[in-house]
Amino acid sequence: MPDLAIQPPHTSAAAPAAKAKGKQQRGKAEILGERAIEALIYLCGFSAIIFVFGIFFFVFREGAPFLAKLNIREFLFSTDWFPTSQTQAKYGVGALIVGTLSVTVLAMVIAVPFGLGAAVFVSEFCTGKVKETLKVVIELLAAIPSVVWGFIGLTVMSPIIINTFHVPIGVNMFNGAILLALMSVPIMVSIGEDALKAVPDTYREASLALGATKWQIVYRVLLPAAKNGLLAAVLLGVGRAIGETMAVLMATGHSVRIPDSIFDPVRTLTATIAAELGETSKGSDHYQVLFLIGILLFSITFVVNLTADIIVKGIKKK
Amino acid sequence: MKIKLTLMTVVAAALALAVSGCNKSGDGAGGGGGGKKTAIANVGSDTMVNLAIAWADAYSKVDPSVSVEVNGGGSGQGVAALINDACQIANCSRQFEEKEIADFKSKHPGKEPKEFMVGYDALSVFVHKDNPMTQISIEELQQLYMKDGKIAKWSELGVNNIPGAKGDEVILVSRQNNSGTYHYFREAIVGKKNEMRLGTVDMNGSKDVVDLIAKTPNAIGYSGMGYATPAVKQIKVSKKKGEPGVAPSIATTLDKTYPIARPMYMYTAGDPAPHIKKYLDWIMASPGQKIVEETGYVPLPKK
Repeated sequence: MPDLAIQPPHTSAAAPAAKAKGKQQRGKAEILGERAIEALIYLCGFSAIIFVFGIFFFVFREGAPFLAKLNIREFLFSTDWFPTSQTQAKYGVGALIVGTLSVTVLAMVIAVPFGLGAAVFVSEFCTGKVKETLKVVIELLAAIPSVVWGFIGLTVMSPIIINTFHVPIGVNMFNGAILLALMSVPIMVSIGEDALKAVPDTYREASLALGATKWQIVYRVLLPAAKNGLLAAVLLGVGRAIGETMAVLMATGHSVRIPDSIFDPVRTLTATIAAELGETSKGSDHYQVLFLIGILLFSITFVVNLTADIIVKGIKKK
Repeated sequence: MKIKLTLMTVVAAALALAVSGCNKSGDGAGGGGGGKKTAIANVGSDTMVNLAIAWADAYSKVDPSVSVEVNGGGSGQGVAALINDACQIANCSRQFEEKEIADFKSKHPGKEPKEFMVGYDALSVFVHKDNPMTQISIEELQQLYMKDGKIAKWSELGVNNIPGAKGDEVILVSRQNNSGTYHYFREAIVGKKNEMRLGTVDMNGSKDVVDLIAKTPNAIGYSGMGYATPAVKQIKVSKKKGEPGVAPSIATTLDKTYPIARPMYMYTAGDPAPHIKKYLDWIMASPGQKIVEETGYVPLPKK
């Protein structure tokens, strides 16, 4: 009886008749209002999908005309990025892809131990005020705007890196990776903590009853039990790192080259779009190539997020 | 600034429609009667675009009845727009070429493009303040910044023992590849036929170049003269190796001895309409020239 709730109490004696009567009692305006609200709620639900497809459509529409002219192999693997050359423009984003991937991987090498370590600590080793304070501070870390991170990289970390590691330039892959690590740690901590919280307490109790130490519980029981959630935490951190723009634009050195060491400056896909799109004339080849880079980025983050999503779904089924 | 630029494009398009609408009703001069804003379309050089926007912003307070819509795209686009009547003022970081003047005359019989010099663009070469280098030649800069250029180490420039430097590598600081500064530097130093070296550290603003060099003893870079700070050193530039270098300054820019400087122009189609003339006069007088200096360019000599 789906519409039981809207029946007035005195009609509940004779169910079928009351049903008909109840329907008659609802005015036209009421029905219309309900329909409208229903539609609104549907729209809210679908809007995210509409926006994602809309963005993809517009990015694709701007970049697509160049696809016909594009040599895909040269685009993906060449390192010659001369979009404004006066003799022969070349659009090879190989070095930019390597830049994005290398910065992201290095950032994850730094961030994963810290992020997951912090998640374990917050979830298992501290209680009460310490726990609350830590959570607030970590969330504060996520609230720092990326341009501020970039500024810190450019002005504070750059001279420190030069003098500590005796390298000629301080804005480089390492600088960018540290910033990206700091930016993705908060995501990893909060999602990682949720994953650990989702492990039933009976696991912990059973382990304790068997005489396991706290470290043994974490290492042998909790980490294996929460591994999907932790992996999803890492992947969302990766997504954050790949998509980040402003901080890497300012801190990686923005230099088209295949790096030999972690102290070489690199250039990422996102930073290239940010730096060059603003002053490119609309509809030109260069403009379209920048949108193609956008499509490439979109695909990369889509795959990463989808993987994370599938893994999280995997947890829920359990 | 970039967001502002797109906004301006939209506003310009809207206003262009509005103005063309009222022109049809017989008001050919587009005169600002009845509190309606008169639009001046200003298209051209990317080098000048920030300056042109700064002028337009400031002028909107001086004369609220006129609104100046600025668009970049390059000097060539400005020239084309002026020839096709798509703008009233063309910004050019070079003079009209002969062919362009001929094109203009064939479209506008009896008129000539009228030139107004509005300031200078001078690029300084910067190194870290502790770097002992005092001058560099155009040839050396070319070998540094050109693709497959021969110079990559400080010792090859005759500079040793830079305090604080790590290793001998020259860190080349450059700009993103569609900035006007980059274009001018490439044209003046590397040459139109050659490519810039890949692997330069490309900063996203004139000020960022200076900030990075201030923190990097191994670096060399170029930026507008107005961006100099005490943390970096401007070095003298000579045309050929061995010749005495010229220090960048307003004086050396004006007497044309400094090799990496160029005048900036604005062009109108024949004699400008009164409201445009008023705008150009304001630009060339002291309030406009103060903005030139503030945005990092070299103002016109004081009369």
